[in-house]
Amino acid sequence: MEYEIVIGMEIHVELGTKTKIFCSCPTEFGQDENTHTCPVCLGMPGVLPVLNEKVVEYATRAGLALNCEIAHFSKMDRKNYFYPDLPKAYQTSQFDLPICTGGAVGIEVDGVKKDIGITRIHIEEDAGKLLHESADGTLLDVNRCGVPLIEIVTEPDLRSAEEARAFAEKVRNILEYTGVSDCKMEQGSMRFDVNLSIREKGTEVLGTRTEMKNLNSFRALIRAVQYESKRQIIELKKGREIIQETRKWDDTKGVSSSLRSKEEAHDYRYFPEPDLVPIVLEPSYIERIKSKLPELPEAKKKRYVEEYKLPEYDAGVLTTTGVTARFFEEAVALYNEPKQISNWMMVEIPPLLKENEQSMETITITPALLVELLKLVRDKVISGTSGKEVLKEMFVSGKNAGDIVKEQGLAQMSDTGELEAIIEKIVADNPKSVEDIGAGNEKAYGFLTGQVMKATKGKANAQVANEIIRAVVARHLA
Amino acid sequence: MELYQKTIHEINDLLDKKEVTVTEVTQAVVNRINAVEKNTDAYLSLQTEEALEAAQGLDTELSGRTQRTPLEGIPYGLKDNMCTRGILTTCASKMLYNFNPPYNAEVYDRLSEAGGILLGKTNMDEFAMGSSTENSAYKKTRNPWDLNKVPGGSSGGSAVAVAADTAFYTLGSDTGGSIRQPASFCGVVGMKPTYGLVSRYGLVAFASSLDQIGPFTKDVEDCALVLNAIVGHDAKDSTSLNLEKIDYTNNLKQGVKGLKIGVAKEFFGEGLQPEVRKSLEEAIAIYKTLGAEIVDVSFQHLDYALSAYYMISSAEASSNLARYDGIRYGFRAEEYSDLVDLYKKTRSQGFGDEVKRRIMLGTYALSSGYYDAYYKKAMQVRTIIKADFDQVFGGCDVLLTPTAPTTAFGIGEKTSNPLEMYLTDIYTVPVNIAGIPGISIPCGLDNSGMPIGMQLLGPILSEETLLKAAWAFEQESGLTNLKASLGTEV
Repeated sequence: MEYEIVIGMEIHVELGTKTKIFCSCPTEFGQDENTHTCPVCLGMPGVLPVLNEKVVEYATRAGLALNCEIAHFSKMDRKNYFYPDLPKAYQTSQFDLPICTGGAVGIEVDGVKKDIGITRIHIEEDAGKLLHESADGTLLDVNRCGVPLIEIVTEPDLRSAEEARAFAEKVRNILEYTGVSDCKMEQGSMRFDVNLSIREKGTEVLGTRTEMKNLNSFRALIRAVQYESKRQIIELKKGREIIQETRKWDDTKGVSSSLRSKEEAHDYRYFPEPDLVPIVLEPSYIERIKSKLPELPEAKKKRYVEEYKLPEYDAGVLTTTGVTARFFEEAVALYNEPKQISNWMMVEIPPLLKENEQSMETITITPALLVELLKLVRDKVISGTSGKEVLKEMFVSGKNAGDIVKEQGLAQMSDTGELEAIIEKIVADNPKSVEDIGAGNEKAYGFLTGQVMKATKGKANAQVANEIIRAVVARHLA
Repeated sequence: MELYQKTIHEINDLLDKKEVTVTEVTQAVVNRINAVEKNTDAYLSLQTEEALEAAQGLDTELSGRTQRTPLEGIPYGLKDNMCTRGILTTCASKMLYNFNPPYNAEVYDRLSEAGGILLGKTNMDEFAMGSSTENSAYKKTRNPWDLNKVPGGSSGGSAVAVAADTAFYTLGSDTGGSIRQPASFCGVVGMKPTYGLVSRYGLVAFASSLDQIGPFTKDVEDCALVLNAIVGHDAKDSTSLNLEKIDYTNNLKQGVKGLKIGVAKEFFGEGLQPEVRKSLEEAIAIYKTLGAEIVDVSFQHLDYALSAYYMISSAEASSNLARYDGIRYGFRAEEYSDLVDLYKKTRSQGFGDEVKRRIMLGTYALSSGYYDAYYKKAMQVRTIIKADFDQVFGGCDVLLTPTAPTTAFGIGEKTSNPLEMYLTDIYTVPVNIAGIPGISIPCGLDNSGMPIGMQLLGPILSEETLLKAAWAFEQESGLTNLKASLGTEV
């Protein structure tokens, strides 16, 4: 029997608003515990929430970017459950009337394109964090309470770990572009839940599903899907039934285990949040946000190929993230050599980022600084080889290319008189090479060029040097 | 008449003419508290020292000014479910026995801004759940008209403080009648404004979609004065209405000539105490002599209001009170084995029986499989009741009803029968369901000398009309600033 994996995903994304969803506490990550709180996000008696308008705007923007319908009327609901990281003992979320419905995202895996349906996107608040490893027992950090989230729910359209990954990456890419979230997975700004079931290929009815929650990296996503699909298939092959349950993925051990069964599942007792009024969006509001949407990755990639004549591969790499694309576009605006910029961005910059523990988000080299360097290379003031050294130095010292070239005397030697003297001596010192050339061995030129570079510490303009070598050798052979 | 017995507007006259000082006024009411509070137990906590200090400060300030505002220097009390920074706010619950809020309720800020002098926090049914103030975890407040009787509830302490002259006015909260019913039982004026007119920020929630803060006063004019100070948009409360402010004293004394007053038989049904019916009939006669037009109106679905109310209010309460888990503030059980045990023991020991009953009822009504039959159905009934009121107010300006089916009952009389207790709210809950305003004013005494209250209801934002109608009756009947005996009738 051939099995088919059926996957639906729920993606939680923290919105990048400056303040929380129902109060004016900052959302900044990585601050001291319990410093970004107030009576409202602490859920103290008698306080009331006020919905942050930016959250509605960001959710609308996300919905539009993911091709959703934006609801003219939606409302907030309470999802009730007890847990110490949830001060009100309910999460304010959206239940039956979410802000966005019915979107789609195109993905491509192994050259096969398909659309993944988005069922809905709703707004909700994040919970706090329990710190279990403390010597004082479990401690609570409520800084994250009330950080705004959107939850993106897909149709069960995904069929493999690769598709799940491609989809997740695409969504991340789009959301990062629209500026609604930084999508930093290492900070928990983007988390995946996976609903997975197995059915016989060709059948329509869905199998019993399990849910894995809070996968916080693409790697975890892929491995969890691979593990869980294999586990379910083995169960089915053994003639056992899949139990509907929530499973916990242990990324260190690479296994999933049962967390709670369907019977133990919470009854969330959703009901309309009486402390908030419904969200009513005028068509003009939705239109205005739509008109301000930035160019999305797909369109950008196409434009790079057409406008900058870049190979599709380059265009794809440069549009992977919004920050990379913005860097490239700023550089091109200053210096119209798209392919040169692309080469340096794709080949030279990534290893240096890694070496200096930077990313495109935190890169210290500005597009203008890179352009200055590339101009020096183009104008042959320095060689490409020196250029790479200069870039390395720029990362370390933060100096600009011109200063580094001057300080280290890296400017190429193009003075023919000076070069001629050096070359005369090298040719005279290497009669064997001249003989070889005379005998038709062109490779000996390379040896001589090498000697010249050695003598000039790489500063000789290679083209000029080669011309002189040929002239001098010819004279010696004559 | 003693100083403490006067109304706000009478004190205002004296203060404006500089015939008395704020300190004298405050001292008078503090002396009164010292004399009778042991009998009435209206307050859970007192701030009399701070009040006298504030009074002195205000006197100094006022000596350099010719103008003062209507509530400036007037001592008052707050129901203990309104947050007061640095002052215990317990909701009369063991659960919040040590809760000192780090923030103020918006109404408290507004009254402080208006120069009000806080005397203390008044007793109530735990988390405002109850109709007799007997559900307080701390004390039983007594009705000053008969100390063996309940003051009504849940804002019993606030009603009694005004009735016993231990405050010139107080604020209460009304979720299903918790201002109007105790006002009726204690012979004072109590108003529940339109939902959204007064900010709920800092009012510890019972049922968010029904809760509304309002005043208890000695007469209708005072009610208008207090209302003036507490209404108005608050950006911290999303359900707060953003309207232009009006002065409720402006049209207060214009009379009721031509006003259409509706009377609905559905409010005069079974269980209505004969003296209450008689008293209401006399009130109707008075309105006729004043030139109002009395019209018969009727409701289609009022019978379902009480059931719908208990579903909706309990459902919201089950969620609102879930935060009292012993983790961050308030009471925590001393011994527990793990997290779930901590929750269970804290909530079992911290909440009283009535609160637990409502939490269980509300949790049940929202549970999967029961939601449609209970909560959803109740919400549908709510829509129908609103439509019912709309239709009724199509035919009249104001609706006249009894506030409660009976006058105050004896302490302990209904505590063993929750259903009977719930029925005392039968005439007040539909008002909260519909979100409309209502005022209860005294309209007579029963055979044992207990006050009878009548309720005037109007459409959304008809407070001005209600006050006008109430004031006209009060003037004509002379039933104003009534004085309780503070004795027993046994």
